[in-house]
Amino acid sequence: MNAPVLPYIGQPLKRREDFRFLTGKGRYVDDIRLPGMLHMAIARSPHAHAIIKNVDLSAAKAAPGVRLALSGRDLEGRIGPIVPNWVIPGTKVPFRPVVAIDRVRFVGECVALVVAETQAHAYDAVGLIDVDYEVLPVVVDEEAAIAADAPQLHDSVPGNITTIYKVRGGDYAVAAREADQVLKLRVVNNRLIPTCMETRSVVASPDPDGTLTVYMPSQVPHMHRRWIAETVGIPEHLLRVVAPDIGGGFGAKMHLYPEELLCPHLARELGAPVKWWESRSESHQSTSHGRAHTENIEVAIKNDGTILGLKVETLGNVGAYLSNMASGGPTVNTVNFGTGTYKIANYEATSRVVVTNTVPVDAYRGYGRPEGAYIAERAIDAVARHLNLDQIEIRRKNFIQRADFPYRPYGSMGLMYDSGNYQGLLDKALAAFNYEARRNEREALRRDGIYRGIGVAAYTHVCGMAPSRRLALIGFDRGGWESARVAIDSSGRATVYSGSMSQGHGHVTSLSQIAADVLQIPIESIDVVQGDTRQVQAGHGTFNSRSMAVGGSSLHVCSQRIVAKAKKIAAGMLEVDEKDVAYAAGQFSVPGTDIAPLSFGKVARMAYVGHKLPDGVAPGLDETVFYDPTGMSAPSGVHLAYVEVDPETGIVDIIDYVAVDDVGTLINPLLAAGQIHGGVVQGIAQALYEEVSYDPDSGQLLTGSLLDYAVPRAEHVPNITSLFQETPSPTNPIGVKGIGESGSIAAPPCMVHAVLDALSPFGINHLDMPLTPPRIWAAVQSARNGASR
Amino acid sequence: MIPAAFDYIRAGSIAEAIDLLQRDPDGSKLVAGGHTLIPTLKLRLASPALLVDIRGIAEMKGIAVNEDSIRIGALTTHAELLASEPLHKALPIFRQAANLIADPQVRNRGTIGGSLANADSAADWPAVVIALKAELEIASATGSRRVAARDFFVDIFSTTLGPSEVLAAIHIPCPAAGTRFTYRKIRHPASGYAVVGIAAAVRINAGVAANLSIGITGAASHAFPGDIAAEFLAGKPLSQGNIEEAARLQSAATECLSDRYASAEYRASLLGTETRRALLALAA
Ligand SMILES: Cc1cc2nc3c(=O)[nH]c(=O)nc-3n(C[C@H](O)[C@H](O)[C@H](O)COP(=O)(O)OP(=O)(O)OC[C@H]3O[C@@H](n4cnc5c(N)ncnc54)[C@H](O)[C@@H]3O)c2cc1C
Repeated sequence: MNAPVLPYIGQPLKRREDFRFLTGKGRYVDDIRLPGMLHMAIARSPHAHAIIKNVDLSAAKAAPGVRLALSGRDLEGRIGPIVPNWVIPGTKVPFRPVVAIDRVRFVGECVALVVAETQAHAYDAVGLIDVDYEVLPVVVDEEAAIAADAPQLHDSVPGNITTIYKVRGGDYAVAAREADQVLKLRVVNNRLIPTCMETRSVVASPDPDGTLTVYMPSQVPHMHRRWIAETVGIPEHLLRVVAPDIGGGFGAKMHLYPEELLCPHLARELGAPVKWWESRSESHQSTSHGRAHTENIEVAIKNDGTILGLKVETLGNVGAYLSNMASGGPTVNTVNFGTGTYKIANYEATSRVVVTNTVPVDAYRGYGRPEGAYIAERAIDAVARHLNLDQIEIRRKNFIQRADFPYRPYGSMGLMYDSGNYQGLLDKALAAFNYEARRNEREALRRDGIYRGIGVAAYTHVCGMAPSRRLALIGFDRGGWESARVAIDSSGRATVYSGSMSQGHGHVTSLSQIAADVLQIPIESIDVVQGDTRQVQAGHGTFNSRSMAVGGSSLHVCSQRIVAKAKKIAAGMLEVDEKDVAYAAGQFSVPGTDIAPLSFGKVARMAYVGHKLPDGVAPGLDETVFYDPTGMSAPSGVHLAYVEVDPETGIVDIIDYVAVDDVGTLINPLLAAGQIHGGVVQGIAQALYEEVSYDPDSGQLLTGSLLDYAVPRAEHVPNITSLFQETPSPTNPIGVKGIGESGSIAAPPCMVHAVLDALSPFGINHLDMPLTPPRIWAAVQSARNGASR
Repeated sequence: MIPAAFDYIRAGSIAEAIDLLQRDPDGSKLVAGGHTLIPTLKLRLASPALLVDIRGIAEMKGIAVNEDSIRIGALTTHAELLASEPLHKALPIFRQAANLIADPQVRNRGTIGGSLANADSAADWPAVVIALKAELEIASATGSRRVAARDFFVDIFSTTLGPSEVLAAIHIPCPAAGTRFTYRKIRHPASGYAVVGIAAAVRINAGVAANLSIGITGAASHAFPGDIAAEFLAGKPLSQGNIEEAARLQSAATECLSDRYASAEYRASLLGTETRRALLALAA
């Protein structure tokens, strides 16, 4: 065994997965081909809202290669319904069959299915299904949906509102009275499509031993096992969920979709493997969307820029049904964070969760926190603009101060920011950005008719939802813990089994770094297993930036147990007292003596032969830990962007982007920067490019493909400078905070502020995302026309 | 999705391709690079019974730079147009434009003939061939004819090409010495096609524009020549003021497309801005 290069934590190691992925050796669900495998294809509703009068399957059933064709009526009572997993108390949950029975509520909803011998046969046969619809009036917009005369989606959801959630601290009414002014703004958080490189896919295979194996790209394999078991009616222990390599999740692969229930059900019915693969156009109209909010904001301010109070009214569009976490997103995850990084004592927020005739909306990278940060940031930037104050100074003035941590925003009982140093982040960001020089440059260029702008945004949020008992209070039907198992083999090598789930994050690398430091062995001696419910004991998976803070901590604690036991065994072997044994770099030694040190490998060997174990020590070196955190970690950051806007074309050129993030202890700075880069790109995408668009009258999805839904490419994004500040989290043994969602939280307001700053000479002080060239051009036009009038 | 079933034949000659098309003009389709046709088949927006693959037809390949004209076979890929040194020497606009089409993968397969025959209102080559005063060589059962590029495009996805005809080659007169070229394009953020694209060629004779020729794509239902601007500038100095006026006139006279992404007003404005910028670049 090589000597370990300790400590591993903090080293910018390349992903141990890289070779596999970069040489095309990744194995995805669509690569799985089993003998006798059948193929499912779905008939989807072409209407956004309609009564299903009749489904004629006769031609499909008679088509070549077809084994089975079923309508929603055929499946009624046999599987389903699909129920959400996070239900905010008081929520009205609409009934959602797996396949629509008598009514469709969005374009793309499943109305029937075919199983055939080849994919081509299945597609051909789906084209022969004849559905008779009676079209109903449609509503796609959250504001329109709560109007008194709006079309109603569900009898059980009067007024199209499933949930009303309120949060308050202090007294906003008093703040508004004491304020010099109250500033109002309305911001739209545009609807997005998560766009994983790998679309969804399922293979369900009945195994001869009575087990049903479901291969799917799941961020949450154990949760999917439970949900599929409950919805399809299979005992959980007879169900095995395997998530192989995953081409991106971003939240979209942690929900429960019809196809993931249909394949298991049909595989059991037909006694053969059944596969479904989602095309890109199907993905746009069936995999959950993200964001889709409208926020009305009031800020009570003093003329010196002090913010006395904030009032928020959120409308969260969740589409036609309540998807998995849908009632939690616009509520707990959004408005709880509405005050951002600022000390705003008086806060009042109401969130309404609204159903519409659109694809269900659920978690997407940041889920609610981008929307919450957007509220706080757009508000404070608007205040600065309104009062003609410096955008940096107003933030400094209102920031939660370093000495305030741990901090409960607006006196909240439920929410606590464990640690932070926002001034430090800001100073570091300004220095890296060369802020003063850029400001001067911006001023000088404006005189030449060149419009540059500087944008700033700060954020904090909390991640790794926990502890378990708290989750009950908000209706979240799962735990906050994560499990880890460390199994040492008889040579001293380790296999780590983690309930978290990599989707390209590089967990094999980062989890090995954590384990290697505690076990004091080389990283090459550690393997990581995830994504197979038969191998991995239990888990919650990866979402909410929880993998390192919760999964990593679990592994840390588990590895410590291994070392503790190994020490006992070593003491027995060395015939000394356990407290006299020291352990470092894979060697057990007895300091101050000439007793020869003992390697970890030898101790492991002894654990398995069991020849000389101390009394009371069982054989084996294999530990499992279920770790439930006591609190949540609060990452934070300050991002700065520098842009140039061409007022004649509306095109935005991003000149520079600096991100300074505090994610606590950095396990791997290279992977951390990668997470920031990816998140920032998705945030820039929201700010400048991406928007799902529906026809308001017909409910047709207008951005049905990547020809019109603008996912940014390399040419659309700048070089991103990612720097870190490390304020360790006191909530976990490693001091780590979540990182995955940071970039997508900070970048949207940061970009919008930069563009608004560039456009300030035109008197433009508000634009809604995405800031597309035509939209910017139109704003400049109307500002110019207004000025000349 | 995957396409519906179809038959597939590789044609060895233009005559064979035409013969195959003639047997069932409505049910057959030529396929060249396939980068427009195959996505259409996958979405089942078209389900031809027969695909006639023309990629093996030698007479439709190659770039020949001759004394007084340049012949580009219709099967020449975007990548070949980008790489060709002789072509670059004669007509540098090809490399400039090819570099702005899609990505290397698409450029390796897509052909100029496919792009012209398809006549997407936002495709790049139509503007270029119009600005270069090209003639398109069209083969049919009765022989071969030539159509001026400016007369080839009729409407969105519509050309003067008949159902059993094949676009064989593009012929471009060699430009007079000293001719300058430019291609400018505002890309649609999702598709990468032109929201507006301007191709222009001009020779400047003692400060005065000679042989100015402009091709415009993306703005309207099909590519068209920027005659209004060209006529205004004919014989005039390429001054800032003249260029601005020419661009303004062209923009004002063009009936622009409106879609979900960009309004007609925005396209008209871009047309003016980009025409001005293109001409200023040529004048510089
Ligand atoms: C991702 C992507 C991005 C793209 N971006 C751009 C872009 O930025 N700008 C741009 O201009 N284009 C773009 N394209 C289109 C690309 O250039 C296509 O390759 C081209 O438009 C069609 O050429 P093809 O050889 O692939 O034609 P095919 O797809 O094979 O054929 C297209 C049509 O033309 C017909 N046809 C083909 N050749 C002939 C011929 N010789 N005679 C008669 N009919 C013929 C076919 O029957 C068919 O109807 C893009 C395509 C993709 C997939």
